[in-house]
Amino acid sequence: MSTVTGVSAADQAPGPDGKQPLQGDRASTGRFGDRLFGGAATVSGVVVIALVSLIAVFLVVQAVPALMNNSESFFTSRVWAPGGEKPAFGILEFLWTTVTASTIAMLVAVPVGVAVALFITQYAPTWMRRPAAGLVDLLAAVPSIVYGLWGLIAFAPVFKPVQGWIESALGWFPLFAPTGISGGTIFFIGIVLAIMVLPIVTALSREVFDQTPIAHKEGALALGATQWEMIRTAVLPFGRPGVISASMLALGRALGETIAVTFLVSALSDGSPWTWSLFNGGETFASKIANNAAEFSNPGKTGAYIAAGLVLFVLTFVVNSIARVVIERRKAFTE
Amino acid sequence: MSTATDRRVPDDQVAPGEPVTPPGGRPGRDALSEMSHPHRGRMAKDVVARIVMWAAFALAMVPLVWILGTVIGKGFHMLTTATWWTGNQRNINSDDFGGGARHAIEGTLTMVGFTALIAVPIGILTAVYLVEYGRGRLAKAISFTVDILSGVPSIVAALFIYAVWVTTFGLGRSGFAAALALVLLMIPVVVRSTEEMLKLVPNELREAAYALGVPKWVTVVKVVLRTAFSGIVTGVLLGIARVMGETAPLLILAPYTKNFQRDLFNGNFPTLPMMINQDRGDFALSTAAERMWGAALTLIILVLLLNVIGRVIAHFGSVKK
Repeated sequence: MSTVTGVSAADQAPGPDGKQPLQGDRASTGRFGDRLFGGAATVSGVVVIALVSLIAVFLVVQAVPALMNNSESFFTSRVWAPGGEKPAFGILEFLWTTVTASTIAMLVAVPVGVAVALFITQYAPTWMRRPAAGLVDLLAAVPSIVYGLWGLIAFAPVFKPVQGWIESALGWFPLFAPTGISGGTIFFIGIVLAIMVLPIVTALSREVFDQTPIAHKEGALALGATQWEMIRTAVLPFGRPGVISASMLALGRALGETIAVTFLVSALSDGSPWTWSLFNGGETFASKIANNAAEFSNPGKTGAYIAAGLVLFVLTFVVNSIARVVIERRKAFTE
Repeated sequence: MSTATDRRVPDDQVAPGEPVTPPGGRPGRDALSEMSHPHRGRMAKDVVARIVMWAAFALAMVPLVWILGTVIGKGFHMLTTATWWTGNQRNINSDDFGGGARHAIEGTLTMVGFTALIAVPIGILTAVYLVEYGRGRLAKAISFTVDILSGVPSIVAALFIYAVWVTTFGLGRSGFAAALALVLLMIPVVVRSTEEMLKLVPNELREAAYALGVPKWVTVVKVVLRTAFSGIVTGVLLGIARVMGETAPLLILAPYTKNFQRDLFNGNFPTLPMMINQDRGDFALSTAAERMWGAALTLIILVLLLNVIGRVIAHFGSVKK
């Protein structure tokens, strides 16, 4: 059911007789019905390509005029005042918050997610595997707005003392310097994002770990390896490309997560001083756009938000493409 | 693999030719104690790894139990009030208790229904193309774009529809515009799950149909799609479940209304996620918080119901390999 393993029409192996399966146009009779149905299928595929291209085109076309009028540097300014006579806007704050929070999410979610996947595929008793996998998938079924609500009302108060403790123990380090903000800090958002993307990491890692050739595992065990040594020498190396691409897909999800972050984020006031602290507030791309959806009043102002959305699109595009390339290379390697 | 072998050197420390028993020593005893040391380290690591894996799973279960527990605990009694399933939120302010969610439930179901109506045919046909027709570069390009589409953040999909629907065509925000954004998010889910199912259909079935002289398109419709039907339905249901909880597109394209609104094409539109969002600023008020939890529980129940139905169908109607 995975949507992300990167399966493509091109990866079908030849049948046992070494011939390609009878597919493609060779099986078509060229009748009207065939041409119609085949045409409809092709058109659908082309529509999907067109949609993705149109997303890029429309975002670029509507972002460019706003960017031309921008009186600040788009990438290095922290000002956000897209309205008015002289629009001025830059994305530095959003870029920092988005990337930092997602990085924290990855640092937490990838090790835990991989460990959970190993637990499900290698350690759990057989009767427990399916239910355990189902429970982790359940975490993915929870709508993100519920994460936002839970984070805001239930998790944030519990996390507050943890933050206080980190601040008092590690406050001398710039990344953990106290800022007076609690609740929707970058760090806290990173943790919530980690919980949200954990099922993605786990589901995909589980899939590749399951595919480890039994011969590798039994070989390691037969040489006297302990279970952990078997995992380290057979399962993990085999699964590494899968884990990498799973992490990339999870990163893409974390970068673009909107409503949970919008619920949690502490917006900074204009002109607040720059700090490296993870306990600072600050909007992400997605939350900034979502919070200001009602203000899309004129094309110039909307264009600024669309420009921010375009940067987010490019970020996720790059991250997802890397995931795809990694998995394609693995396929080429294993076949 | 080599590391595993290297670590076993102590086992084989007794090289041939060397005296096995140290002079004057108790035979074997010293060798044994020497041997057990590196083994103890390996065994300890193994035990630690085992504990870490169990702990990681337990850790992952904490938020799940916590979230579901909170939502059920705090939202359940809203669902038992008489008006919840029948009324709407008209004239109910955030400091008023209760009100109904029927407008939002109906709205959400209507919207995802429309979404599915558009996304499912495109998704299934695209999957059919990828599995049954596609060869070469076009198929690769489509497969790649489906991956990209599945990674497009919902807020970007919403901005795109806004740029087309509102800015370019000058049409107003409406439930339908939001449904269009949801279509973009649902297509990749349907394509991928359908594709997996079509690949499970044994090739012999297709060949048998061809051998009987059945045209390809009839084979695809009546043999391949029919064989994979239950799996496709499951994929569609999971896709619907995924877009049902999406909020970002609604935030940008379909402003909330507290009234009943069945017109998807004009004006504001009520949905469950937006109903939760509505009281966001007042979450400190217990009345507002209760309503948010109630709506959240309702939404989760709908999503899980779709998941369960999907899995049951998948379980009973799966393609026999």
